[in-house]
Amino acid sequence: MEQKDLFRELGQIRSLMEKSSKFVSISGLSGVLIGCYALIGTILGYYVLHRPQSVAALFGENPNKPFLFLTIAVLILLSSLLTGWLMARKKARKNKQSVWNITSKSLLFAVSIPLLTGGILSLLFLAQGYYHLIAAMLLIFYGLALAAGSIYTFAEVKWLGILEISLGLIGLCFPDKGLLLWGLGFGVLHIIYGFIVYKKYES
Amino acid sequence: MKLDLSLYDKIFENRVRLQIMSVLAANEEYDFNSLKELLDVTDGNLASNLKTLEKEEYISVEKSFVDRKPNTRYKRTAKGLKAFENHLVALENLIKQQYK
Repeated sequence: MEQKDLFRELGQIRSLMEKSSKFVSISGLSGVLIGCYALIGTILGYYVLHRPQSVAALFGENPNKPFLFLTIAVLILLSSLLTGWLMARKKARKNKQSVWNITSKSLLFAVSIPLLTGGILSLLFLAQGYYHLIAAMLLIFYGLALAAGSIYTFAEVKWLGILEISLGLIGLCFPDKGLLLWGLGFGVLHIIYGFIVYKKYES
Repeated sequence: MKLDLSLYDKIFENRVRLQIMSVLAANEEYDFNSLKELLDVTDGNLASNLKTLEKEEYISVEKSFVDRKPNTRYKRTAKGLKAFENHLVALENLIKQQYK
């Protein structure tokens, strides 16, 4: 066997070990887009909560603030999930892989445990009236979910997770800055992360 | 330097078998269909190479049913992992040898 064949052989073994255990079809660009959605949501949320007169033309003089706020949050979440999924599917097709495979299943399972825990805990807090803690707490559990899932995808996801957790912990000290926290955590951090992954793996 | 080929494993001269072992070294377990998709090989080719590895006791097989469809999962054995690692060392040694 030629030397370059041997190198290629070892390289292929390595890439196969990676490919078989990590879901690498998450698109960096979708991270940037999702971050932008979150920023738009944060701005909308700010106007609904703190400048209700400016949205009066759209929603009437006395909008139901919590309902509006929740609607915005859910819409942003759904469009983010849809964007992430569609772009992952596109990237997977390009790599001749299916988006629903053994690695994406492992990733989803790992992520779902902290996410479900955080979600249920938030609902319990909501029922008890601890509104001011929820923003930071969701960020912390989101970060935990990313850190847990990171073994099944890009290593950068672990750092994104750790940053989200740190931001959430800092946020707990400033409970009235929840909106700013979301703008930073779900908006700015996603955009930076997405850009890094895009630069490193896709361009 | 005399070339030491004792670590080189003839079983892994077959490309598909080496690929299967790479996947099973990196993962706790893998099922037949996922392996087939990943390696992009035919059912028959994959099955016969899995059989060879099983016969060598490099991998273990677990058969079960999911939604009434057969689901066969494969795991590496300690012997298989050792053989795989040795084979990689042998390949590396071959490279080093050619540098000299």
